[in-house]
Amino acid sequence: MTGTATAPLVEAAIIGGGPAGLCAALELARAGIRCLVVDRQHVLGGQLIKQTHRFFGSRSERAGQRGFEIGKQLAAELLQHDGVTVWLEGTAVGYYAEDRTLLVERDGALCRVHVEALILATGAAERALAFAGNDLPGVYGAGAVQTLMNVYGVRPGERAVMIGAGNIGLIVAYQLIQAGVEVAAVLEAAPAVGGYWVHAAKLARAGVPIMTSHSIVAALGTDQVTGVRATKLDAKWQPVQGSQFEVPCDLVCLAVGLSPLTELATLAGCQLAYVPELGGYVPWHDEEMQTTVPGVFVAGDAAGVEEASSAMIEGTLAGLAVVNYLRPHSQYAASRKRAAAQLAALRAGPTAERIRAGLLKLSDHRPRLAGTGGEGK
Amino acid sequence: MTRCSEQLGRAGTPEAADLARILPDDERLRRGPVAIIECFQEIPCDPCADACRRGAILAFDKITDLPRVDPEHCNGCALCVVRCPGLAIFVVDVSGDGDMGTVKLPYEYLPLPRPGDDVAALDRLGQEVCRGKIVAVQRPAAFDRTALVTVEVPREQALIVRGIRAGQGRRSDG
Repeated sequence: MTGTATAPLVEAAIIGGGPAGLCAALELARAGIRCLVVDRQHVLGGQLIKQTHRFFGSRSERAGQRGFEIGKQLAAELLQHDGVTVWLEGTAVGYYAEDRTLLVERDGALCRVHVEALILATGAAERALAFAGNDLPGVYGAGAVQTLMNVYGVRPGERAVMIGAGNIGLIVAYQLIQAGVEVAAVLEAAPAVGGYWVHAAKLARAGVPIMTSHSIVAALGTDQVTGVRATKLDAKWQPVQGSQFEVPCDLVCLAVGLSPLTELATLAGCQLAYVPELGGYVPWHDEEMQTTVPGVFVAGDAAGVEEASSAMIEGTLAGLAVVNYLRPHSQYAASRKRAAAQLAALRAGPTAERIRAGLLKLSDHRPRLAGTGGEGK
Repeated sequence: MTRCSEQLGRAGTPEAADLARILPDDERLRRGPVAIIECFQEIPCDPCADACRRGAILAFDKITDLPRVDPEHCNGCALCVVRCPGLAIFVVDVSGDGDMGTVKLPYEYLPLPRPGDDVAALDRLGQEVCRGKIVAVQRPAAFDRTALVTVEVPREQALIVRGIRAGQGRRSDG
């Protein structure tokens, strides 16, 4: 590992050491391209480190393995390669496209790194929800709860109400039960669960009511959460009068979606496109994951919120593209085609309909002038 | 997946009509243990087909295909049960002469039940439908922390029982 403020001689940098970033870095490392991986955590793996459940997908995406094991394997494989520098507890704070300079803050110092290519694999942030009492102690994002339980072994409460029945809500609710927390209910504003049915069925078997067309009105309590007030929603997602009820709990978990982390892309001058199906603003990118700024690529949730298995393949795609960008070679088309086919297969089913619609919308947003950058928000 | 019950489409839990499409016939059930895959949604996932060494889970064309069991080739070995990321596979055995049958189910809570334990046997909505007796608990390293629990229940409940309530669900060991 390189010391403070000493710029490593690398050709490319990857921001984010999660599933997308690790897979991207692996492609660069395999091609013998010196690269720098920057992650703000003290350990590689991103969100994988707290995924204790088995992953879906196919063998090529390591299906059937638990997420945290996949993270460990990817990191170990990466570190076997020479020419890979990993900066943990580092924050990429800027990128200047004019002279291809990346700024990283680490150990209290600012370090300037010249790179020929940059991959943004910064992931996504959990969304909040507006309701009375949402600032009370005991109201958490589902991701925070997952970190507390599965990384630090801390039980975050005794009785939980989960808001949101997408895959994250359903999976974290299951993991709460595994940690010995009673899950009083899962509330979902939509008329049907958004996550995989098998995850919902697992919770139902454990006796957890999954209440669709229901939402939280308020978190109750003065010093900490003592319950939630919930309401039924009608077909237009409006509260049904007289349907309010209270559920005692000391933990409210919000799993109401993710937004791509695009700050660095914005600083780099990448044009953003607003695509709700992909989680909101995403850096526009082509099939090779290149943004509107030449040499700046994007992968994983930062490119559009999806499953971790898709993030891994997007990372591979971005990595392959950067290898070809730096050293055009004849095998690129074949390797790219293979990875693209894997990704298309993952996105083939009815559960990926929204993603497909989002990607279509994104391609419609194709900027007329690439490389101008600097689009305001 | 064009047809599905209201409960399945809304909350992910199958009803009788959904199950009728996947259950083996009575004759096959009487002949010996068989895997029942309660996977009704075309999600990108295929480890089950890979897990079966007898080719009884038909190979997928697309990763989003629904799994299909060939009951003639399935011997109820339960290797697929602990490999399914959705914990959606069960092995039911109602082939015995007596009044009892068994259900093999995946179990990922602690403490683990022990053979001989009397437990609450739960249906797909977590309601206790009868008592069950734990017959076996297997958790070798190859199962990667998912235990395979065999519970004995009255044979008419074997197609209904899909869970057990063993303890308080608290962690008691690593």
